[in-house]
Amino acid sequence: MGYLMPASLPEALSALDQGNATLIAGGTDWFPAQGSRPLTGNLIDITRIPNLRGISRIPNLRGISRIPDLRGISRDTTATNGQGWRIGGATTWTDVIRADLPPAFDGLKAAAREVGSVQIQNTGTLAGNLCNASPAADGVPPLLTLGAVVELSSTTGTRLMPLGDFLQGPRKTARLPGEMLTALLIPDLPEAAQGAFLKLGARQYLVISIAMVAALVTVDQGRISQAAIAVGSCSATAQRLPALEADLTGCRVDEVRVAGPALITPAHLAPLSPIADVRGSADYRMEAAATLIARVVDMALGQGERING
Amino acid sequence: MDKHTAQEVTAFHLNGQVVEVAGDPGERLSQALRERLGAKDVKIGCNAGDCGACTVLVDGAPVCACLMPVQQAAGARVETLAGLVKADPHAKALVDSFQAHQAAQCGICTPGMMVSAVALLRDVNSPDTLQVQDALGGVLCRCTGYRKIIDAVMDAGAARPLPAAVSGDVGTSLQRLDGLPKVTGTEAFGDDVAPAGALVLRVIRAPHAHAAFTLGDLDAYRTAHPGIVCILTAADIPGLNAFGVIPGFIDQPVFAVDHIRFRGEAVAAIVADAITMAQLDLEAFPVTWEPRPAVMEVADALADSAPQLHDGRAGNIMCGGHVSCGDADAALARAAHSVTGRFTTAFVEHGYIEPEAGFAEMEGDRVVIHACTQAPVMDLEALMPILALPRERIRIVPTAVGGGFGSKIDVSLQPFIALAAIKTGRAVRMTYERVETMQSTTKRHPAQITMQIGADREGRICGMTFDGDFNTGAYASWGPTVANRVPVHASGPYRVADYRASSRAVHTHCVPAGAFRGFGVPQSAIAQESLFDELADKLGMDALDFRLLNALDNNIPTVCGQVFAQGVGIKPCLEALRPAWGKAKADCAAFNAKNSTHKRGVGLAAGWYGCGNTSMPNPSTIRAGLRADGTVVLHQGAMDIGQGSNTVIPQIFASALGVPVRQIALIGPDTDLTPDAGKTSASRQTFVTGNAARLAGEALRAAILSQVNASAEATITLDNGTVTVTDGAQVFPLDLTRFTSNPQGYLLEVNETYDPPTKPLDANGQGAPYAQYGYAAHLVVVEVDLALGRVRPLHFTAAHDVGQAINPLLGEGQVHGGIAQGMGMALMEEYIPHRMENLHDYLIPTIGDVPPIDTLIIEVPDAHGPYGAKGLGEHVLIPTAPAILNAIKHATGARITQVPATPARVRAALKEAGHA
Repeated sequence: MGYLMPASLPEALSALDQGNATLIAGGTDWFPAQGSRPLTGNLIDITRIPNLRGISRIPNLRGISRIPDLRGISRDTTATNGQGWRIGGATTWTDVIRADLPPAFDGLKAAAREVGSVQIQNTGTLAGNLCNASPAADGVPPLLTLGAVVELSSTTGTRLMPLGDFLQGPRKTARLPGEMLTALLIPDLPEAAQGAFLKLGARQYLVISIAMVAALVTVDQGRISQAAIAVGSCSATAQRLPALEADLTGCRVDEVRVAGPALITPAHLAPLSPIADVRGSADYRMEAAATLIARVVDMALGQGERING
Repeated sequence: MDKHTAQEVTAFHLNGQVVEVAGDPGERLSQALRERLGAKDVKIGCNAGDCGACTVLVDGAPVCACLMPVQQAAGARVETLAGLVKADPHAKALVDSFQAHQAAQCGICTPGMMVSAVALLRDVNSPDTLQVQDALGGVLCRCTGYRKIIDAVMDAGAARPLPAAVSGDVGTSLQRLDGLPKVTGTEAFGDDVAPAGALVLRVIRAPHAHAAFTLGDLDAYRTAHPGIVCILTAADIPGLNAFGVIPGFIDQPVFAVDHIRFRGEAVAAIVADAITMAQLDLEAFPVTWEPRPAVMEVADALADSAPQLHDGRAGNIMCGGHVSCGDADAALARAAHSVTGRFTTAFVEHGYIEPEAGFAEMEGDRVVIHACTQAPVMDLEALMPILALPRERIRIVPTAVGGGFGSKIDVSLQPFIALAAIKTGRAVRMTYERVETMQSTTKRHPAQITMQIGADREGRICGMTFDGDFNTGAYASWGPTVANRVPVHASGPYRVADYRASSRAVHTHCVPAGAFRGFGVPQSAIAQESLFDELADKLGMDALDFRLLNALDNNIPTVCGQVFAQGVGIKPCLEALRPAWGKAKADCAAFNAKNSTHKRGVGLAAGWYGCGNTSMPNPSTIRAGLRADGTVVLHQGAMDIGQGSNTVIPQIFASALGVPVRQIALIGPDTDLTPDAGKTSASRQTFVTGNAARLAGEALRAAILSQVNASAEATITLDNGTVTVTDGAQVFPLDLTRFTSNPQGYLLEVNETYDPPTKPLDANGQGAPYAQYGYAAHLVVVEVDLALGRVRPLHFTAAHDVGQAINPLLGEGQVHGGIAQGMGMALMEEYIPHRMENLHDYLIPTIGDVPPIDTLIIEVPDAHGPYGAKGLGEHVLIPTAPAILNAIKHATGARITQVPATPARVRAALKEAGHA
């Protein structure tokens, strides 16, 4: 039993490979889960590993092109130039809020501001939020709309996986023993792509969402050329809504904004399977999701217009 | 790679000093700061990042110290409140500003608030409200309602001048006399006082709602864990294995024997050194459970086939209350209009940020308990039969209390630590984990209320009936008090000639429900005040006019037949809301004309609350004296749980004595040093203990003046060890050397007791239950998101008849805090047993939820109150929830009958009311 502070990624992965160890970064999920139970294995603190924290440009995403299923994200190579962003595995929410990122990340930034409180944002990491795999993880919907790919590293190598595949259920991910989520890779989106995010909770701050929605839309000559919508807290893992995205694509912006919630059909919401819990009934969640979708799409379209118009 | 094991040292800068600490692997920074480095200014409220009390700056950034491994702080710059107030200019400005605004009440969240504010002010010179809310949104406060904190931070940021110092006499907004320690991190709460090396106690609790159990081989368990000093069970209790608060209802075992009645009930305790305890896995404790069917809801508990919780309480009905006058049924039959409603409320958790904590130790053959409490003498009297010790062998020394709101009237950890100190002969400490306080301490009773109210053609109330069932949980606690109080108050502050109200307290296998700010009256007010709006609607009357028409007044009997010749202040409270009422109605109409997705509405509600025990003796005693060195000493035993009795009682005493309050030396509370000032509950301290303080001040004044035969108008001057009496042109220095001290060290000593005059209630609840009531009326504007059902209060106007504000700013603090709790009850707070054992599933309002509040202090003096003062603490949250529900109705047409009005419930009601 010990507290390990590896100074390099290989050291960390090698320690993890020994087994009986838990990775810790911000600790914002680990400590509440641990409560007052005594520690039984090693804790591997990844916050001192060089280059694991921060957001950087990556010149090519060849690795990503090898991923078979990008879950409906259209990768127009002329628009995305084959480059992207890398969010390191120890990057905090505050790092995201402070980073200079294109408008496509506005939804992620808005979600970052809704994670717990300033205290939580200062130490909690995106990677931890994903590995904790709560159905109500604030980071997941915007990252799904951004087409995020997780990078999993172990002593035997690195593999990439779309975020939607990585998340397998409540508290369940595809991360194998010995693997660390070392980065999120986000391919460049068109310059005009605009993100937005809305979270519904019963209070301000420090709240677990009843439902939340992220949207990412690109507008070209008054029409939606690309749309990505993801809903959290309404299914075992947050879900993209491909049918809705397909129906929105090609629509005129003004028509979508006027139509509002009327555009959304039950079929669009088929990927959602909300549960009833202490925060709300299943029916309410379904209905709230539709309302939030309409509002967040409107927000993204409105912001996109302001920026581009 | 750095591998830190238990023996290895982490070095960092703590408030500018390099420190080294050998923490356990993964030890919380908060734990290391407090227990290894003595930084007790870092407060622990939840150990889960939910409350933010432990906020410290790490390299300038606010973080929850409970969520950071101490090893991660290696090389970092860690700043805590106690360090910041010595060196940081922003922190120094906040110290003054927090005191000037009385932004700290109990003070337990204050370090987290101030540290977060320092980080903000370093970034932003003169922050606006939203910036303050964003920066402090991670710190929960249960006392203040946050608005004074926002004001304090904004004023510190803008370097605005603070108000000038005041005399401290009755009627002035004296800063808290105990305020400085709260804003500098030196206040000592329950978890802050144990001596180094104290043993640690932890309790084994039931994981089921209802079960039989057998303890396994405790000796083997002890042998396997050599650091365990002792294990306590029911067999270790020398006296009565039971506690409670009301004679005849002492029914809760300290340790269950073979059968538990709720999840969280104690079955054993382990006492060990701190190192052993940190490594102990309580889940391995040898106990075998046999779960049994449990009844969690009142309807299930009342069923014929329901398991019976207690012998002698047939049908699981613990007790009931009843008040009737006139003929309610006949009146309802002849009423021109009547309305009926059924209302449901939830368990509400007190949510104080300080968990129950303290330590016990032996002083010779006496056991001394240092713990947070609202009722030191009741604690002592509860321990006497359990420990089988006479009064003189127990001493209660209360620590500062980080919020109570009713739940800390009952004993919690006191029997455990007292038994352990006696058994081991050593100091033994305990701090409840958040999960323990959520599971095992009392809650507000959930209520199911059916009420019918009639009115004649002119709008006068014509008949009222009330039936309320209260889920009182597994043990009695204050359930009988709730059952008694509710029928007395359920009419509201109105003239109701024909009235019948009955209540029942019903046992279930839930956590015991007990005292919580208002003792059941907030629940009954939801029903009555909601139906008043419905009735006014039926009559086509304005809701304010309808209430004024029916409001109580002097010389009109209450539903208990009590007639007050003076002091009834509800009409002035309601009248005070009239300007805001007219403006809000116009503003809402203008908003609603322009908005289709969100609607605004304004709601009103009133309330009343009898101060002190119901028809029971309820005395407080105050001692004071003049010492040979010329010091006047006040022995003040009223517990200040944040509401301000440490300031208000001395203000009253000093005014009566006729000297500046700052010259009074204060002692207590401590059962060895202060006479019994009763419990801090029932809004009784300002009224009852205040009267004792007034009498004591007057008696000491008379004793001093009589020494020189001065007239009653003479002035007493204390100056540098001398006492001078000035009577007109004559000046009499008091020669202190010609007195002899009594054994207590006083040249002159007074002991004065006040007991409010009440009369018993007869079988129909007729009598004089309280010597005085306080009165309140609230107005709130809300905005409802029609599609989502989310309700946001935008502004409150709160009128409170306090008789005479002893300290207006402290009064305002009570109003703000009560409204925040009432808002929580109305909109988000619902404790669901077994599922709400933390502060992220159980939600209380944050700094982003509480809107601006206008407080209107109304002063209709009461002949019984000290200087005319009435109680205030509980009155505040009584009208808040129904005012919100009435505002939702006004905004949307939807009547909410179940609280909390969560977005899902509001949305369902909106659909029922015809909204798309």
